[in-house]
Amino acid sequence: MTGFVEHLPILTIVISLFSAFTILVAGWFNKKSCIFIFWLTLTAQFIMSFIILRRVLIHGPIHYWLGGWKPPWGIELVVDSLNAYILIILLFLSLACAIYSKSNIEHELPGKRVSFYTLFQLLIAGLCGVTLTGDIFNMFVFIEIFSISAYALIAARGKIALKASFTYLILGSIGTCFFILGIGCLYSVTGSLNIHDLSLLLPPFYGNKVVKAAFVFFIVGLSIKMALFPFHTWLPDAHAFAPAEISAMLSGIMIEVSTYAFIRVSFSVFTVEFLKLLPVFDILCWVAVAAILMGSVMAITQVNLKRMLAYSSVANMGYIMLAVGISLSAVESPWGGLNPALMHIANHALMKGCLFLAAGAFIYKANLWHITEFRGLARKMPYTCAAFVLAAISMIGIPPSAGFVSKLYIILASIEIKNYFFVAVLLISSLLNLIYFWRVIETMYMKHEEGGHSSHGSHGMKEEIPLGMLIPILLLSSLCIVMGIVWLGKIPIPILDQVNLMFGLGKVP
Amino acid sequence: MAEWLMTEIFTKYNYWVSILLMFIGFYAIIAKDNLIKKIIGLSIFQTAIFLFYISLGVVKKGTAPIVSEEMILKGYAYVNPLPHVLILTAIVVAVATTAVALSLIIRLYEEYGTIEESEILEAIKKEGR
Repeated sequence: MTGFVEHLPILTIVISLFSAFTILVAGWFNKKSCIFIFWLTLTAQFIMSFIILRRVLIHGPIHYWLGGWKPPWGIELVVDSLNAYILIILLFLSLACAIYSKSNIEHELPGKRVSFYTLFQLLIAGLCGVTLTGDIFNMFVFIEIFSISAYALIAARGKIALKASFTYLILGSIGTCFFILGIGCLYSVTGSLNIHDLSLLLPPFYGNKVVKAAFVFFIVGLSIKMALFPFHTWLPDAHAFAPAEISAMLSGIMIEVSTYAFIRVSFSVFTVEFLKLLPVFDILCWVAVAAILMGSVMAITQVNLKRMLAYSSVANMGYIMLAVGISLSAVESPWGGLNPALMHIANHALMKGCLFLAAGAFIYKANLWHITEFRGLARKMPYTCAAFVLAAISMIGIPPSAGFVSKLYIILASIEIKNYFFVAVLLISSLLNLIYFWRVIETMYMKHEEGGHSSHGSHGMKEEIPLGMLIPILLLSSLCIVMGIVWLGKIPIPILDQVNLMFGLGKVP
Repeated sequence: MAEWLMTEIFTKYNYWVSILLMFIGFYAIIAKDNLIKKIIGLSIFQTAIFLFYISLGVVKKGTAPIVSEEMILKGYAYVNPLPHVLILTAIVVAVATTAVALSLIIRLYEEYGTIEESEILEAIKKEGR
């Protein structure tokens, strides 16, 4: 049995690629079968991710050599607690979006179902690949796989989405170009591409200009991919005009996987010793602060709900990067090291997934895009609105929601390193969050519908969206609260502690 | 100073060429209004990186990396094939990106009747939302 588990990482990627092809072929004969193949694959992947996590927690990292070629010559897949953790979040959100997409895609892109599911499956294959690979060039290839599927998926709705997708394509390609330039610089110094091998070969060259340049190339390239503040310009339009489940995937997990790539490159390829040589992470903190403030303020000025959520994503990437930036200095147990960053990655996936799916539901039901059109919506769609409010509460950070815990831990970590400015910024941004979410909630619940058409008391489920769309939204929104309690109970903390231990962060026992 | 600069440029001219090409591509991406020209700029940008990789693998007086007994006996040097293989992958990826970009441009042209970015943005502004 253990032998079989060793093969699961590659199987996760391969069945995804294979299923993408199968969906395309099956779609020629029977359009309805696509969704079932899609669901089946994702469920299998999701179960596998749990088995992988269990194996990793009990027996330590899995090293899988593709084709039996020994690293550093062959490509290697390495799964440690960090990958396994990200993989579960990724596949969980994908599954939620997949369930949601059945009714929504029939409504939104009726003629494009087959190609939609093919591309969606390729997107997931790329994301899984980035998460699982232990080879840096392989990582680049998978980044391009998910990016290219994302370009096509964003453009699916046509019109403005085309322009948004084009802008993202240009910026995203420049980002990945910088990424390969960084790989090239490292290769020219060490002659290796395997992440573990690089971490062993690099230390003698830490003073080398080429290595420093490579690190900067990686930062710039991945910052574009994860929409860190000055490079965020592609994000609002791309996230706002994509189909709902793709927005949820983009905001909830795609930029997070890029963040994972960033964490992997900075802590596994380069190590903590290298990061302490350069002031890069201090600069990163300030960039993140700018991202938090700018994202929150821009979100307040938006009238389009999905654009508002997209700007909120920019702010949330700021939180994650701030947490990554202070991870070197904060060491105390629950919030030391990468803990707050990884927590917020999970929480943001749940919250943003839920919010974007809910926003998609409003568009599905009544083609409502603008916040001012939401008057009296809470009467018509009580469940969706309630889910939206729960996720918004988590976003603002009201206890005991998930967003509260990760924000609290970032604040505690900032207090530990005695930087009270960051504390102030986090509190201010929570207030700004309150402002822009309250605006939506107020319109939904407090204001009555305009015009003579008065809403009659009990509409119940009839006015609601189909169950297939409602269940993922309700599941994600309840998880926003449940996860907060789980985090406070410190149940998943051992996984995160293993990550810190692996990278030499946090308190050394 | 000038001498140092000259030797720096002439001995490492391959890197300078790829940096120059990168900037040309970058300029085209930023400054050109025409979407096709932007894509040409992107291609130049990507090609600059390919050249950087290819020149990394070159060994002076190196032959093709087909290792035979004769080569080992005579002590021939051969070029490093790995960067070339890597860039083969990157070229495929770049072709895919260009294809997606061009098909997006076709769709944009059908939608707005122009491939000038400023005109498309104006049309979007008029439409609202």
